[in-house]
Amino acid sequence: MANAPVTTKKDWATDQEVRWCPGCGDYSILTAVQLMMPELDVRREDTVFISGIGCAARFPYYMNTYGMHSIHGRSPAFSTGLAMARPDLDVWVIGGDGDMLSIGGNHLIHALRRNVNVNILLFNNMIYGLTKGQYSPTSEVGKVTKSSPYGSIDQPFNAVSLALGAEASFVARTHDMDRKHMQETFKRAHAHKGASLVEVYQNCNVFNDGQFDTITKRANRPANLIDLIHGEPIRFGVDNERGVIIDSSGNAVIVDVADVGEDALVVHDEYREDPAVSFALSRIAANPYSPTPMGVFRSVDRIEYAAGATSQLAAAQEAKGPGDLHALLRSNPTWEVD
Amino acid sequence: MTDVAESPAVPEVERVVIRFAGDSGDGMQLTGDRFTSASALFGNDLATLPEFPAEIRAPQGTLAGVSAFQVQISSERVSTPGDEPTVLVAMNPAALKADLNRLAGGGTVIVNEDAFEERNLEKAGYVDNPLEDGSLDGYTVIPIPMTKLTQEVCADLDVKPRVAERSKNFFALGLVSWMYTRPTEPTLDWVRQKFKGKEKVIAANIAAFKAGHAYGETAELGSHMVSIAPADLEPGTYTNINGNTALSWGLVAASQQSGLPMFLGSYPITPASDILHELAKHKNFGVRTFQAEDEIAAVCSAIGASYGGHLAVTTTSGPGVALKGEAIGLAVILELPLVIVDIQRGGPSTGLPTKTEASDLLMAMYGRHGESPMPVVAAYSPSQCFDAAIEAARIALTYMTPVMLLSDGYLANGSEPWKLPDVESLPDIDVTFATSHNATNDDGEPIFLPFERDENLVRPWAVPGADGLMHRVGGLEKADKTGNVSYDPENHALMTELRQKRIEIIANDIPPVEVTGDPDASTVVVGWGSTWGAISGAIRRLGQAGTGVAHVHLTHLNPFPPNLGEVLAKYDKVLVPELNMGQLVKLLRAEFLVDAKGINKVMGQPFTAAELEREILAHIGEG
Repeated sequence: MANAPVTTKKDWATDQEVRWCPGCGDYSILTAVQLMMPELDVRREDTVFISGIGCAARFPYYMNTYGMHSIHGRSPAFSTGLAMARPDLDVWVIGGDGDMLSIGGNHLIHALRRNVNVNILLFNNMIYGLTKGQYSPTSEVGKVTKSSPYGSIDQPFNAVSLALGAEASFVARTHDMDRKHMQETFKRAHAHKGASLVEVYQNCNVFNDGQFDTITKRANRPANLIDLIHGEPIRFGVDNERGVIIDSSGNAVIVDVADVGEDALVVHDEYREDPAVSFALSRIAANPYSPTPMGVFRSVDRIEYAAGATSQLAAAQEAKGPGDLHALLRSNPTWEVD
Repeated sequence: MTDVAESPAVPEVERVVIRFAGDSGDGMQLTGDRFTSASALFGNDLATLPEFPAEIRAPQGTLAGVSAFQVQISSERVSTPGDEPTVLVAMNPAALKADLNRLAGGGTVIVNEDAFEERNLEKAGYVDNPLEDGSLDGYTVIPIPMTKLTQEVCADLDVKPRVAERSKNFFALGLVSWMYTRPTEPTLDWVRQKFKGKEKVIAANIAAFKAGHAYGETAELGSHMVSIAPADLEPGTYTNINGNTALSWGLVAASQQSGLPMFLGSYPITPASDILHELAKHKNFGVRTFQAEDEIAAVCSAIGASYGGHLAVTTTSGPGVALKGEAIGLAVILELPLVIVDIQRGGPSTGLPTKTEASDLLMAMYGRHGESPMPVVAAYSPSQCFDAAIEAARIALTYMTPVMLLSDGYLANGSEPWKLPDVESLPDIDVTFATSHNATNDDGEPIFLPFERDENLVRPWAVPGADGLMHRVGGLEKADKTGNVSYDPENHALMTELRQKRIEIIANDIPPVEVTGDPDASTVVVGWGSTWGAISGAIRRLGQAGTGVAHVHLTHLNPFPPNLGEVLAKYDKVLVPELNMGQLVKLLRAEFLVDAKGINKVMGQPFTAAELEREILAHIGEG
């Protein structure tokens, strides 16, 4: 796919009117993706966006590539079939928290554990948007919505923890207020061979406005957004005064650097085989109201699913030769009638 | 041991029906299968009916745990596994109790008398030993201490007692092979091949088989010996095949004939799993099999592969089709080719997973939300599953539509001799991917319209990678031609109509129905699916007895063949036997306004020819 023709953002956009609510975080994610695609050295013809159902799932209609707006929750399954059949393609999967974590939770975890070569962008707005404002599987306990007038009693999923538990080989988090960070994170996901999950904190300004302000607003970022940078001690804070250590129980704990010294801080390692530290980092914040890590939690090499399937096909052809239907029909005992 | 198949002293009969019955762990399926295979290689025509419980190892010795295999072998053409067995091999009391009522009056019962001890009798619900209390007086009973005799011949082989005990089914097989003058070498070869590397198991099984074979002679059972001459089959090369294998090979053939690699998305379910197993072997044909996390992922992955330009298939049974319904609706609106295989079983819900039924026809026709018409093809015999699979794939690929292919548990596991087709004569399936623009916009620039249609209303298949043909497909209603999202009322009506017409048009491309039996009779029997064998048998017998009946058997259920209405109108009576409560009969009445009457059976078993003979006569007699 190298040496793709030079393109611009405009080449990646369709002529279809974008129909998200004005002010929706989805616009900035779409822009980030359309700006990033020309930098990837891929052809539009070799790119496929697949989505399920929900606001986020309208995404493929706006990308001038091949695309499928499928059914609710099943986009990881459609994309698994496509990626297995056509390992030459670049497959992106787009969905929201309801689509991916509720109705489609089963398909998501299996796509991750199989390590199918797809880039999954999970737009998490912690609410159901298209059905007009019910609580979602990432909504916080106590969330008052139309379907939970007395507050939600559901324990929410933490998408990063879930993905790490599902054997994902690449897990990252970004947010809709930082285009550059989104682009860099999406590029990393694209470069990863295997399943990549990127959780994108996305504001729903109609049904859940300001949900991520505590950490994503520019003014709040220094205090509450923990940048994960590979090879660096994990530090944050207005004066970079805070940091993260792994305590004796294996928990990731926020500390004052002054109290523990810089050497005690955990040095971020995306490539660690054991997901335990990444998992601990994902547990630092239960909700996006307190310091929350952003960036690549985990990126490890593991055989990609379609490559495994293709190598079995190649080995069979090597061993048995190309399929011979005449011989197949005669592979059980036969007899002649004259 | 000599091959006695040619022995001239043995009386010849036209047909026998044998039923092997025992505990699930007794190896009855294998015994029946081997006997069948030897008979097929010998040149008999045959049909089989394996029947086994849903539990892998049901409680030992109980009625629930009985596993049976019935086979009819003949020197004439046969189309069913026989009305009632003339010989029952019962390996334990439960098998005798469960299956004695199926045996023909005066039939022969061969029992393993070692199994008729107190505990087993009690488990089977016998108060007294039926071998001793005179309850079998109407039958010829041959009690044989099979377990003991098998253990004796294994005594010098240094095999574990358990291995010796487990070989007793080969004793039974040896004896029955002797009684029916079957050639022995195919069975012995098979044992050597199957258990390669397990020399003791080979030795024990062969010793047991030979002991059973010799037993007939020494115990002076010669009066029970019969031979069945090879059937007068059409010249050609034959193999014995079951429906699931034939269906799998048909899909491989469709892949070859269309030049498209095959993708199978499947989730294990009885009685369809064997298709997944079979296709998983054939990777050198470019077949990709994907064992999905569930039924929904199975069909969705197949639709994804279809979008990528593969011959996409998903295989399941009724409960799986129910789960796949929403995704099949998507395939309908996307207009992508897909073959959905439903190996029907008794329902609803888990129902009778290992037993046959054909009660998913209306689900295949209508079991989706919205107006979502879809072609339906049904296989009618184990070997014909091969052709039915090719036909389903042909329609899917030619008309860009999902197609439901119906088979059932009886076809799936039943076997028959199959005259192998010449692969050169198989139909070509012409698939052309779109490679260029097919329209111009208002500015005169070339564009691609993914929902432009040809004379058959079929849209172009442009697969990712094709230069300049980027387009989006989706479940939202799409504007005519462009495929863009449209909520326009007129457009929805138009697209609904186009999707319906596209399926109706297929009627021009399927063969008209042929009337067999006695076409000039006043009664026609209309069947579909696996009832073909029993209906054909019943009509043949009725004809021999002087009652002519016409037979129409449908392989295309949607759309119906174009001449069906015209044909049905010629008959005073239209009878529709089905393994359900009356599904095709509803379709025929609705479509053609004929007073069709159903003949229905929902017992988890196929019709016998005798049952249908009686039922058809009764309907004719009603005047």
